[in-house]
Amino acid sequence: MSDWTRDEMMTVAAARQLRDGCICFVGIGLPSAACNLARLTHAPDVVLIYESGTLGTRPDVLPLSIGDGELADTAACVIPLPEVFGYLLQAGRVDVGFLGAAQVDRHGNLNSTVIGPYDAPRTRLPGAGGATEIAAHARQTFVMLKATPRSLVAQLDFRTSGGFLEGNGARARTSMRGTGPQSVITDFGVLQPHPASEELQLSALFEGTTVDEARAATGWPLEVAATVETIAPPTKIELETLRALHARTREAHRRPVRLPA
Amino acid sequence: MRSKVTTLSEAIAAHVLDGACVALEGFTHLIPFAAGHEIIRQGRRDLHLVRMTPDLIYDQMIGMGCASRLTFSWGGNPGVGSLHRLRDAVEHQWPAPLAIDEHTHAGVAAAYSAGAAGLPFATLRGYLGTDLPSVNPRIRSVDCPFTGERLAAVPALNPDVTILHAQRADRRGNVAMHGIVGAQREAAFAARALIVTVEEIVEELPPAMNGIVLPHWIVSAVAQCRGGAYPSYVHDHYARDNSFYQRWDAIARERDGFLAWMNRHVLASRDHATFLASLREVA
Repeated sequence: MSDWTRDEMMTVAAARQLRDGCICFVGIGLPSAACNLARLTHAPDVVLIYESGTLGTRPDVLPLSIGDGELADTAACVIPLPEVFGYLLQAGRVDVGFLGAAQVDRHGNLNSTVIGPYDAPRTRLPGAGGATEIAAHARQTFVMLKATPRSLVAQLDFRTSGGFLEGNGARARTSMRGTGPQSVITDFGVLQPHPASEELQLSALFEGTTVDEARAATGWPLEVAATVETIAPPTKIELETLRALHARTREAHRRPVRLPA
Repeated sequence: MRSKVTTLSEAIAAHVLDGACVALEGFTHLIPFAAGHEIIRQGRRDLHLVRMTPDLIYDQMIGMGCASRLTFSWGGNPGVGSLHRLRDAVEHQWPAPLAIDEHTHAGVAAAYSAGAAGLPFATLRGYLGTDLPSVNPRIRSVDCPFTGERLAAVPALNPDVTILHAQRADRRGNVAMHGIVGAQREAAFAARALIVTVEEIVEELPPAMNGIVLPHWIVSAVAQCRGGAYPSYVHDHYARDNSFYQRWDAIARERDGFLAWMNRHVLASRDHATFLASLREVA
């Protein structure tokens, strides 16, 4: 029995992907925790950008929304939204886009729009937000999601954001400027694109997790890379930092707000 | 000079008509809840609502039957989950069918910018690798006349009325805002009429060389409305009530519970101060 959970390992593994000093566009939820863990551990000079226009933000607690006041209070500057998407993202000034999604397919395409037909959805999801253009224009993207055969699927119900499209170089033939999803971090390990087919394959496992478990959690016949790395468990400092961050966040979000008078 | 300062109920009655295209903007911050509630109280119908992030305010307006069309780019309860009333309208046409015009944030930001600049459409290197153009005929393409690059094109957004909330205005109707400002300035300049609610009205705003100020001649009406963005927030006045956003998930999940809450807190309150007082009673 390890003293860490798979969810914690997923966040730690994702955080380790971020290089110190990189310019990172942060999605809400799982990516936000991973990016701030990176900032509080090995990457103090990472520049975190949230789509609300907060640049270089250093929140003490994780925001519930992408526009919490905490993000503005601790930002180097706050810019209008058309500039975020135009001057930064579209112009190619973001190194890493860190995204979550409801579904990822075998070529790293993402769905956050609908489950079922678009015109008569079984489940209407929030939609694209910033994700479509982050996926297109960040120099590379990392994706985080919990793995089940319903989240790692052979075929998406709707393609909200492009990964490698149909694979085999399809993305490079478009005007998408970024190189696409280079890592999909799940709660069993990491998937990375095959260099030629661009199909996601198993490249790393958490300690104590097996290839069979990874295959059972994946909705297509999962191929295994030539070498599958075992990801080192969280260090003491990573775990303590992550748990303290979550504890501060829970406390802050529970704190009653005085109604304006 | 005639003062732009009025009451919120007069501003809504004068400018927001049935069937209008209305944008209540504010990106997480400065969301004009009080104005949305007043539109609900005045029983507006058949509105075309525009907002990048519908948020709780459009969940409420859609659930109360104000809207027949929605232009948006991200329709969730941030960090919490679904907007249940928006989902019910899309999935089950309750309380009325809702046509949706779905975009990405970059697309709506560009469409507001084009609208503000008086251009017919916006172009961007966007909507790449997504199925959105196949379900939204307003997302088209244009070839750059200089490079030949194919770019996305979306029609300019020019709401009949844009409604914002801000920190301060002066008596002439100049409006100053700071903090996260989203695409509010673009939505303001794109609109045919602009209503702004503010935390306070001062005699004169100090000069703000690079600050965000909406000049009085684009502002149609200003109304003081303390707490007018709650449960969203106003930087330097009050914080976002994240616990309310979390509670909204249960309040809005079922139709009956939603209607009971809206009746008790919004319809039974004559204005926003009374609405806030009714929440204090249950706290």
